[in-house]
Amino acid sequence: MELFKNTNFDFLGKKWPFIIGSLVLLAVSLGSLVIKGGPRYGIDFKGGALMYVRFVEQPPTDRIRSALSARIPGEISVQDISGTSEVIVTTELRSERELAEARRQMVETFAATFGSQEGKLDFNNAGDQAIVDRLRDPLQRAGVGMSEQELQGLAQRLTDFRDTPPRSGLVRSLDDLSAVQGVTPQVLSVIKSEMYAAPFAIRNVEMVGPKIGAELRRQAIMATLYALGGMLVYIAFRFEWIYGVAAVLAVFHDTIVTIGLFSIFNEEISLTVVAALLTLVGYSMNDTIVIFDRIRENLKVHRRESLHAIINSSINQTLSRTVMTSGLTFLTVLALFLFGGPVLRGFAFALVVGILVGTYSSIFVASPILVFWHDFQEKRKRATPAAGAAARESARRPSVKSFR
Amino acid sequence: MQKNLKYKWATIVITILICLYGIIGLPKSKDELVANWNRNIRLGLDLKGGSHLVLQVQVQDAFKAEADRVIERIKEDLRRAGINYVAMDRNDPNSIETADQIQINIKGIPSERSGDFRRIISEEYQAWNLTPVNSTDYRMTMKPTEAITLRRDTVERSMRTIESRIDGLGLTEPVVQQRQRTDGEGEILVQLPGVDDPARIKQILQTAAMLELYEVKDGPFPSQEAARAKHGGVLPLNTKLVRQQPRGGDTAEAWYLLARTPVITGRDLRNARPSQDEFGKWETEFTLTQDARNRFARFTEANIGNRLAIVLDNQVRSAPTIQNRIEDQGRITGAASQQEAADLALVLRAGSLPASIVYLEERTVGPSLGADSIQQGFFAGIVGLIAVILVMLVYYRKAGINATVTLVLNAIILIAALAYFEAVLTLPGIAGIILTVGMAVDSNVLIFERIREELREGKAIMAAIEAGFNKAFLTIIDTHVTTVVSCAFLFIFGTGPVRGFAVTLVIGLVANLFTAVFVSRTMFETSLARKRQMTSLSI
Repeated sequence: MELFKNTNFDFLGKKWPFIIGSLVLLAVSLGSLVIKGGPRYGIDFKGGALMYVRFVEQPPTDRIRSALSARIPGEISVQDISGTSEVIVTTELRSERELAEARRQMVETFAATFGSQEGKLDFNNAGDQAIVDRLRDPLQRAGVGMSEQELQGLAQRLTDFRDTPPRSGLVRSLDDLSAVQGVTPQVLSVIKSEMYAAPFAIRNVEMVGPKIGAELRRQAIMATLYALGGMLVYIAFRFEWIYGVAAVLAVFHDTIVTIGLFSIFNEEISLTVVAALLTLVGYSMNDTIVIFDRIRENLKVHRRESLHAIINSSINQTLSRTVMTSGLTFLTVLALFLFGGPVLRGFAFALVVGILVGTYSSIFVASPILVFWHDFQEKRKRATPAAGAAARESARRPSVKSFR
Repeated sequence: MQKNLKYKWATIVITILICLYGIIGLPKSKDELVANWNRNIRLGLDLKGGSHLVLQVQVQDAFKAEADRVIERIKEDLRRAGINYVAMDRNDPNSIETADQIQINIKGIPSERSGDFRRIISEEYQAWNLTPVNSTDYRMTMKPTEAITLRRDTVERSMRTIESRIDGLGLTEPVVQQRQRTDGEGEILVQLPGVDDPARIKQILQTAAMLELYEVKDGPFPSQEAARAKHGGVLPLNTKLVRQQPRGGDTAEAWYLLARTPVITGRDLRNARPSQDEFGKWETEFTLTQDARNRFARFTEANIGNRLAIVLDNQVRSAPTIQNRIEDQGRITGAASQQEAADLALVLRAGSLPASIVYLEERTVGPSLGADSIQQGFFAGIVGLIAVILVMLVYYRKAGINATVTLVLNAIILIAALAYFEAVLTLPGIAGIILTVGMAVDSNVLIFERIREELREGKAIMAAIEAGFNKAFLTIIDTHVTTVVSCAFLFIFGTGPVRGFAVTLVIGLVANLFTAVFVSRTMFETSLARKRQMTSLSI
C-alpha cells in the first residue's frame, strides 16, 4: 500500500498563507503570554501545595473552595478532573515555613467539612502503622489473639485492598473490608468500632517551597537553551550554519506555540510538561533534519535546479515518510492522552499539540527560512557589481559542503 | 554471505539473551519471574508511591553556636588573665548565604591591656581574624577557609545524623543524598518508597535531639522576671534560665535557673530505648558511655538532695531530685505514647543535628495513585504500540514484520539497559521512551520509503535494499546524533526529572541504531538468501 507516490505539491509556492498563519499563531501565543503575565506555572516552578483528592461521589467544588479559603490564606484553586470524582486542590505557599503546616491544615479542613467521627481513625487516610497501633489493644480485648507480625500483615492487606483499583484508595464502607483475607466478622466489628471511612482520600501531595520553585524554573530553561545551542552547533557543522539556525528557529516556533496554547487554555506548566516540551523539541528537530538531509543530497545530484525546486522536491520525496512517522507517533501519543489517566494528561496534551506543530514547522517554517536566506544572499551579491559573473554563477547554484 | 549471516544472527541472539537475563534473570517458576522483574525494574516514586523530601540545613545555626562557644571561652580566658571588658556579643546572620558574615563584637578592653588581649586571641583563636574598631573595641570575623570547613562539616554531620535516623526507622530502600549543585549547598534529598504520610518522619528528622543534663541552681519560677527579681535583678555568674516544656493544657510557665555548662550531653549517650514505668506510662531510658559514667557518678554523689534538670532541645523535660549516686542510667518521662517514646529513643541514638533544618519540598504519591498511573500508562502504551504495529503491517506488509520485531527488540534492550544501569523509571523517563518509539518508527519508515524509492527507479531487489539502507543510514545518524548532543546538555545542566528523560532517550537511541539498522537489515538479507530468485519484495 502506498499513499503518496511521486507527489509534486508546490509547498514553497504556497508558503505565504502558512507563514502568515504561523506569524499570527506566534503573535496570539506571545500576546496571551504577555496579557497573562507569562505562562501559568505549576507549583513546581512557583512554589505551592497541590493535592489530588478522590471522593466517593461527585465532589462539591464550591463547598471545598469556601471551606479551604476560610482557613488558608492566599489564592486557592479547586479543579475537577473530568470523568472522575477527583479534584486537584492547589494553594499558595509564600515561605518555606508554611510548607510544614500546609498538609495538616488541608487534611483537617477536609475532615471538618466532610464529617469526621470523634475519637475514631479515618481508614481511608491512614497508613499501615497507624492502623496497627489503633487495632492492637482493641483486638486483644476482643479476644482475637494476633502476633505483632500477623497484625502487620493484616494492616498491609487492608491498605493493599484499599489502594488497588477499582477502589483506588477509597473504600465506601468498612463492610467492604470483609472481602480481605483474615477479616473475620469479629475482626470487622473491632475495625468498625475503632475506625470510620471518610468519603474522601488524599492520593497525592506535592509541596514545593518558593525558593526551590524559582531554582527549578531557572534550571529547566537553561538546560533547554543549552541543548538547543548544542543542536545548532552540530547541525551547522554537519550542514551549513543557516541550516542550524533554521532548524532551531523552527523548534523555537513550536515551543512558543505550544506554551502559548497552554496559556490560552489556562493549562499549567509543570515539570512533566517540560519533559513533554523536550520530547517535542526532539521530535520536531528529527523531522527537520530528515528534510534537510534530503535537500543536501538533492543539491549534490541536481546541480542545475534552483534551490526553490530542490527544496520542493525534497519535501515531496520525504512526504510519505513524514506522514507515516507523524501519524504513527501521533497514534501513540493519542493513546496516552485518551487512556493515560489524569497524571499524564498535561504531558500528553503537550505532545498531541507538539507533533502536529512540529511536523508543520519542518515544512513551512524551517524550509522557507533556507529559501529566504538564499534569496537574500543572491540579492546582496547582485547589488555588488564587483562580484561579477563568478558570484552570479555561485548564487544560482548554492554551495554545499560535501559529505564527511 | 551465508557465513556472514550466521555471525550476524549469533550477535543478535546473544544480545537478546543478555538483555532477557538482565530483565528476568533465570527464573525457575512464574512467581520467581515476577519477583525478578519487580526487582530489576526500579520504578520511581512518582510511579510506585512514596515520599520525596528536600531539606536544607540552616548552616547559620552552626555558625552562631560556634560564635557562642567562642564568646564563652574568651570570657573565661579574660577572666583568668584579669582583663576587664564591658560587653561581648555576636551579630545574628539569619540566612544560609550570610552565615559566614558571623562576627563577635568585644567592647571596652582597657587600652593598656590591648597587647595581652591581642596575644590571647591570636594564640587561642586561630580560626578567627581580629580587627580593632577603635582603641578599646574589637571585632572578630571567621577566616574564610575555616568558614568553608564549618559549612561543609555542618552539612555532612547533618546528613549522617539524618541517615542514621532514617536507618533506625527500618524502611525499605530509603535514599539519603546530598544534592550536588553549586548554589544548592546544604540541600539533602530524602526518598522514602512506600511512605504515604511523612508527617511522623518529618518530625523525627526535624527534631534537634540535643539532650543535656544540668545542675539546677534554683527554681522553678513562674516567670523570667520572678527569677531575676529573686537574685537582685541579674542572673548569678555562670547560670542561665531555661523554660520547662509546656505540658498538655497547662499554660502556666515554669523557669529553672541552671548551671551554664551541662554535666552530661547527648554525646555521652551509649544507648536509648523506650520503656514503661511502674504505672505503665511510656518513657525513654538512656544509658551513658564508660567515660561519662564516672563523671556522672561523681557528680550525683556530691549533689544528693539537689535537683538535676533533663533538658531536651533547650526545654526542661523534668527536674527530679537526686536521691542517690547514679552511675549510668537516666530516663526522660512524659511521652504520650509508645510511638513517641520510641521516636525519641531513635533520635537520641542517632545523635543531634548541628543545625536546624527546613523543608524545601515534599512530594508524596499515594500508593493508589501510583498503581493507577502504572496501570493506565501501561494500557495506553500497549494500545499505542498495537495501533502502530497494525498500521505498519498493513502499509508495509511483510516489511512491517521487520519493523515490529525491531520495535519490540528495542523495548527489550531499553528495559534491560535500565535494569543493568540500575536506573529508575519515572514519568519523564516514559516521555523519553515515547520519543524513542517515535524515532524507532521513523528509522524504519525512512529505510522502507528509501527502499521503495530505489525499487521505483528500477533497481534490483538486492541493490535497492543495499542503497535504501545506506542512504537512510546517513539521515538516521544525523537525527540520532543531534538528539544525543541535546541529551548531553540536558544531562549536564538539568535536574532530576530532566536527567531521567535524557538518560532513557540516549539508551533508546543507541538500541535503535542496533535494531532498526543492523537487525532489520539482517532480516532482509536472510529472506533474500533463502530465495535466490526473488522477483518481488513485500514492502
